[in-house]
This record gives sequence, structure tokens and C-alpha cells, in this order.
Amino acid sequence: MTKNNLVMELKNFSFTYAGATKPSLKKINLPIEENKITAMIGPSGCGKSTLLRSMNRIHDLYPGNSYEGKINLYRADGSKQNILDLKKENDFIRLRQEVGMIFQKPTPFPMSIFDNVAYGLRLAGIKNRSELEGRVEKALKGAAIWDETKERLGESALGMSGGQQQRLCIARAVALKPRVLLFDEPTSALDPISTGAIEELIAEIKSEVSVVIVTHNMQQASRLSDYTAFMYLGDLAEFDKTEKIFLNPKEKLTEDYITGRFG
Amino acid sequence: MNRLILNKIILLLSTLSAVIGIGFLFWILATLSYKGITSIHWATFTKDLVDGGIRNLLVGQFTMALMATFVAVPVGMMAGIYLREYGHGSKLASIIRNLSDVMMSAPSIVIGVFVYALLVDPFGSYNGWAGAVALAIMMIPIIISTTDNMLALVPTELREAGMALGGSKHKIILQIVVRAAKVGITTGILLSFARIIGETAPLLFTSANNQFFTMDLGDQFPSLTVSIYNLATYPDEASRELAWAASFILTMIVLTINLLGRFVIRNKK
Repeated sequence: MTKNNLVMELKNFSFTYAGATKPSLKKINLPIEENKITAMIGPSGCGKSTLLRSMNRIHDLYPGNSYEGKINLYRADGSKQNILDLKKENDFIRLRQEVGMIFQKPTPFPMSIFDNVAYGLRLAGIKNRSELEGRVEKALKGAAIWDETKERLGESALGMSGGQQQRLCIARAVALKPRVLLFDEPTSALDPISTGAIEELIAEIKSEVSVVIVTHNMQQASRLSDYTAFMYLGDLAEFDKTEKIFLNPKEKLTEDYITGRFG
Repeated sequence: MNRLILNKIILLLSTLSAVIGIGFLFWILATLSYKGITSIHWATFTKDLVDGGIRNLLVGQFTMALMATFVAVPVGMMAGIYLREYGHGSKLASIIRNLSDVMMSAPSIVIGVFVYALLVDPFGSYNGWAGAVALAIMMIPIIISTTDNMLALVPTELREAGMALGGSKHKIILQIVVRAAKVGITTGILLSFARIIGETAPLLFTSANNQFFTMDLGDQFPSLTVSIYNLATYPDEASRELAWAASFILTMIVLTINLLGRFVIRNKK
């Protein structure tokens, strides 16, 4: 693994929630490779969501959390930036345009399907109607819901099914052409068929965007990801290629978890 | 066996209580409808109080209530947004929230007295502005509380999703969060309007009343509720009939707005 393949890299990263005495994440070192899918697994409370939410600093919506170490974001032009240095709202906005996020529950905005996808684009300053239409169509096609939505772009997104809503949210995030997309258990609120559709979609978009996915579903991690990070009690217990983690883990703890002996 | 008997007794008692409560309600409505409808004539709507109608009173009451709404909605909504989105968890916000809750249960006559001292006494005459202000003061805490509570129902993920797309806080609040709470807030505004349109005490010595048609808010201003209060105390039959008619019409107005509020909820959800 050479350095220039990375899109993000966490170095000695620690995170402490506001008011907590002990850090929730302890000195994490984790490389995120470009155009690969990195899965984060581990029992509830191990800190995998906390870690994911640090990577676009969505934690900063709530005051008082503290970070240590570094999270480097490598840009396409070769420059790098430690995102923990960001302070101003405009910097956060730019970061979140580069590092998007999909949540556990679908989060369609109370507006039309078109406006949902166009929302981030408009925030990014795109006003030209034909450019908006082009990018919305491309994003919806990219998220494989163009056929279902092209006749009803003006209808409220709240009328879609859960699985469609989640794909809409992915389209919305993809429309911004981010470097990285963070998925926080994106299928745990969906039925198996919708889950399958989302997984297919994630596998497809990795040619354009690097993916980090938190999941409780071990099969999902093994089916989908190239790399897997196993987290336990705020530590990164093991990180390796996914086959390695699932077939031949180094740590006893990892083996116990993936074979269902605890967690 | 004992449990079955106890169950029957409780069932009987609670049914009886419900019947008593609803019975009184229907009694009131029936009396009001009977006396009200028989007292309503075409002239009731076309003539002013001085000629035995309530046209000027309806216009006056709505004018003051609408003006109060125009003041109270923006102020109340912005305060509610502050409480939920900006000040959440802060000391100041919790003080404001508590004070607003106290204000909501403040006796309306006290608000009337306060506005009298503020806007009537210094200017030397009752006026419509004072009436509108008194109603707005009644309305603001209701709208603060509705906005606050409705915004609380908007899932946190929606805010985070907006932020994750590169939105700034104020844009997310205005374009997504408030929009998601739109139905609830609209209903709250309708219900608070229904509440103030039927208020008498805040108007008694602020707008007072006017027998003639006027749109001059600097003058004593016609009020439906204050008129009902006055008319009901007059000895002549015509005045009392008009009081019944006005009461019935006011009840219908309040009922309609309330139903409209429910209708909005049912259809938009």
C-alpha cells in the first residue's frame, strides 16, 4: 500500500465527547484507500460510528467535543489537509462537500425529489437550471433510481418507499461528486430487497468515490468491502484486507466477534 | 368474580362521568344554537352595532386579531427557533422557556391591565392599537411553545443530513427544519388565532368598544366579545337577542378555525 493511494488517513486519532472524562476513541491509526470500500465492524458502543462521524466533523454540530491526532484528507491535486485544523463554518461546508454522509434512517428533505437532489448543488452555488437538471439526472441514474423517479421529479420525496428514499439520499450525496462517502449503517432500517439494491449501488459507485461503511451486518461487510476495520472498546483492534479479517484474523478477539461468539 | 364486578362498576362510573361532561357541552351548544339562530337576521350582518347589527364588530375583532397575528407569528416563531435550534441546553434558553410558559397561563385580564398602563393611559383614550398589542402578547407565548415543540419533533438526522451536504446552520434551519415542522406550526398558529379571537378580558380596557364602523386604530375600536359582554347586561330584549346572535356566531368562528386546524393536520401528514 503506497501513500498516494490514500484518500484519508487517521493518525493517532483520539476523540472525547463533551463532558466525558475518558476518550471514546483511543489513538486510532487507519488508512482509507482511494476507490475502495472500507468497512468498520464491531460490537455496539465500540466507537465505529463515532469514528465515522469524525471524518466529516459532523460532531461539530454539538459543542465541546475534543479531538487529538490527525485526520488527513488527500485531495485529487495531491495536496493534503488535516481536517482537525478546520475552524470556520465555510471550511466545514467545503469539507462536507468533499466528504459526504448517508445515515441509518433515510433522511429525505420535505421537498420534491428534484429539489432533494439539487439541494446540495444549490448550496454549492450552482444556479443554472440546465446544469442543475443535468447533474440531478446523472446523480439519479448513478443511484439507480432514475427509471423510478423520472416521471415524478416534482413530487414530494416523502412519498417514496424507505429503500427509494435511501437511494435518493445516496444520489443527493453523489451529486456533489465527493471524494469520500461515509455510510452509517445505511441498510439497517431497510428490508432485504432494498438492502440488496443499496449494496449493489455502493459496489458500483466505488469507481467514482471512496467509501467507508459502518455496519452491524457481518455478511454485508464481507460481501461488500475491500478492507475491514474491527473496532473494540474505542480501539482499532484489527485492520486488514477483508478476506484476511474474515478467513484468517490475527486477533483472537476478531475471530470471536466474526464467528458470533460475542457482540 | 370480584374482578368482573369491579370492572363493571368502574366502567359504569367512567361512562357516567363522560356523559355528564359531554351532556353539559351539548346543553351549552344547544341553548346557544337555539337562542342564537332564532336571533340572527340578515340585518345582523349588514348593520353596525348602533343600528342593531354586528358588522362593525366582526370587522373590528378580526382586524385586531389579524394584526396581533402579524406581530406574534414572526416574533413567536423566531423565539421558538432560538429556543430549539440555537439556545438549546443553555441557561438563557431555559429561563426564556419557563417565562414563556408562565406567560401562557397569565390571567388575560392582567395582560389587559398591563397594556392599559402602557398604551391607553399615556395617550388618554382607548384605542385599537392597544387591543391588538394585548392580543399579540397573549398569542406570542403560545406560538413560541408550538414552534419549540414542533421543531423538537424534527429528527436530528435531518439537520445532520443537511449539514453533511454542506449547508450552513441558518440555511438548514430555514429551508429544511422549519419546513419539516410546517404542518405542526401552521396548526399551532390557527389554534392560537382561535384562542385570541374569542378573548374579552385583554380588550375590555384596551380597545374597549365602538358602536360605529371604524378602521381608525387610534380610536376606540369595535369588538365583538366586549359587545357581547355589554349587550348581555342591557335590560332590553333586542340587546340580549343580539348578544345571543353574536355569541353563536363567535362560537361558530372558533369552531371553524379549530376544525380547519385539525383538517390541516389530517391532510398534510
